[in-house]
Amino acid sequence: MALAQTTASDRSVTAFLTRKREGGQWHWTDVFTYIYLFLGVLLMFGPVVWLVLSSFKTPAGLLEFPPTLLPLGQIEVQVEGYDDPLPLFNVTMEDGSVRELAQIRRIGIMSQMVDPADPGERISVPIAAREPIREMRVAVENYVDPLERFNFLRYLQNSVVVTLVSTLITLLINSMAAYGLAIYEFKGRNAIMLFVIGTLMIPVTIILVPAYLVVTQLGMVNTLWAVILPGAATPTGVFLLRQYMLTIPKDLIEAARMDKASEWAIYWRIVLPLSLPAIAVLAIFSVMWRWNDFLWPLVVLTRNEVYTLQIGLNAFQGELDVQWHYVLAMTVVTLIPVTLVFAFLQRFITTGIASSGMK
Amino acid sequence: MTEILLKNVIKAYGTVEVIHGIDLAVNSGEFVVFVGPSGCGKSTLLRIIAGLEKITSGEVVINGEVVNHIPASERGLAMVFQSYALYPHMTVYKNMAFGLENSKMPKDEIDRRVNEAARLLQIEPYLARRPKALSGGQRQRVAIGRAIVRDPKAFLFDEPLSNLDAELRVTMRKELAALHAKLGGTMIYVTHDQVEAMTLADKIVVLSGGNVAQAGRPLDLYNRPQNTFVAGFIGSPRMNLMEAKAVANGSGYHLNAGPQTVEVPSVPGLSDQSNVTFGARPEHIEIVDEASADVNATVELSEQLGGETYLYCNVDGLPQLTVHQLGQLPVERGETIHLRFDRAQMHLFGADGNVIANGISE
Repeated sequence: MALAQTTASDRSVTAFLTRKREGGQWHWTDVFTYIYLFLGVLLMFGPVVWLVLSSFKTPAGLLEFPPTLLPLGQIEVQVEGYDDPLPLFNVTMEDGSVRELAQIRRIGIMSQMVDPADPGERISVPIAAREPIREMRVAVENYVDPLERFNFLRYLQNSVVVTLVSTLITLLINSMAAYGLAIYEFKGRNAIMLFVIGTLMIPVTIILVPAYLVVTQLGMVNTLWAVILPGAATPTGVFLLRQYMLTIPKDLIEAARMDKASEWAIYWRIVLPLSLPAIAVLAIFSVMWRWNDFLWPLVVLTRNEVYTLQIGLNAFQGELDVQWHYVLAMTVVTLIPVTLVFAFLQRFITTGIASSGMK
Repeated sequence: MTEILLKNVIKAYGTVEVIHGIDLAVNSGEFVVFVGPSGCGKSTLLRIIAGLEKITSGEVVINGEVVNHIPASERGLAMVFQSYALYPHMTVYKNMAFGLENSKMPKDEIDRRVNEAARLLQIEPYLARRPKALSGGQRQRVAIGRAIVRDPKAFLFDEPLSNLDAELRVTMRKELAALHAKLGGTMIYVTHDQVEAMTLADKIVVLSGGNVAQAGRPLDLYNRPQNTFVAGFIGSPRMNLMEAKAVANGSGYHLNAGPQTVEVPSVPGLSDQSNVTFGARPEHIEIVDEASADVNATVELSEQLGGETYLYCNVDGLPQLTVHQLGQLPVERGETIHLRFDRAQMHLFGADGNVIANGISE
């Protein structure tokens, strides 16, 4: 609505970003609003931007202190006789000349260096005399390596399957439950609704073990069904859809009954299409829940080939060593689908009930 | 052709009884109008016939078959709702085809019927539109179209015109009457507007507090109201109803209302010292000379409509009287006029509200 109301003068970006209250004068509320909005954007987007920028840094770039915003990292060279690549420095020698040396290790205020061209000789220089050689390098291998070497495409596929299938099942059975609880009037309807909502008060961690036992009994451990089925019915979803369906005029349902519609036809052809905005909201939620789900998949999926992305990410986190560059890059990958889903479905969130044709 | 019978139908919500045992027959091809003030149970009665409300006891019979336990979808009736209840996500065509699709009719037959109904109701140009892109009158037509494509046993209308503006209401009223003449189906129509009832109905059923106050042909109700409720409800402006005490006086009676006395001849059923209500419609009050007048009145308000005149008069001891006169009348506010109730058109009701006489012969 706000966009539709902008006049021609508001079309350019700068004009849009410096819009003021009526009169065109700066008022303290304008300043306050912009500061508030700027802080809000910083708070919301800062971490995401930081994550994306950092995901392109080399491991050395990530460890740099003070941290840099851009993927700036110290150049490392492979020196003969040393297993790990060594960081490269510009060293000002005592005679004033400047040499490119690789650092072997640092001892107190001294640094042991080696000339990559002449690996045999070790040189000791004070740390103040050296300056790291940095380069701006986009570490694409952070993305390529996990996707190629670590089976991440498989994880991605698993995640997509789990998310899609379970979202479809969730939408179907939740809307059916909501239909029953919204359209029919029967004794105990509210009690059942309360019971459904009441299950929200039981945290997942408490039912983890019993749920695991059930899943084991059904022989679903290490299959994707173990992740898909147990969470398919969500009290939040039933509640959300039911409250929305309550707003559908009763006349429409009765008109459909008079039109000889079966219960299934009323559900499928009248109530579902009219509940689309609520269903879209639930779809977004469901995709986010399933995509980001961690604890339950971690418990029931133990074999590498059924890992979802989130569990795969966890695999980069060893007991002693965390491969941050991979973790960050794959985190970005896992964020993309959720962002896309939200971008495409968010207009439904704001859509009210499709004009009901009622007066 | 469809006959609908209600036998001692009672409907209660919990302990609150809203329909108190109604017996009613709707003959085949009849246009029956349920009329009454809000809360009288007319819509509930319609929904009972439709099958949208379960009855507490009694029988609903359609074409000789008791349908108490047959759901709305299988009774073969069509209903037009007050809100129209068009499916907002479907086009006009789909709205009208929905009921036919549910009865598994072949596509070309559906197409034929929808187009025929659209032509009949002049909504052909809008078939591809959604309901929200239609005006109130067009929606109304679509709602009616949705009912007639199904070729139902009977049509039920639940205050279908109450959402339209006054002018459109008159137009649609005429169209409905024409439609009934053309289709000839059994129709039951609920309204609170007695003008609609009078103009459309073959039979009017006046409901009051969950009971049938009177059922009959419109003019029968107008001419021979069986109780004060019907007398007051049918006719616009309302009948003038005045409470009085009957006192025997020679061969006749005096009806004493405050300081006013109206002389009437002896009427069977009228007894000395009984409380009665007598009524006279505005058009049945004559302006006469002082000698033959029943009451003297002061004109409080005079509405000159050109072709007719309404006078609202104050009479000592009586409620305000409405007088209707044809033509233009040079009467001004504050003037005193002399009124006489036309005995042949005067209605007399007992203390219980039931009729004693419709028209008193002198």
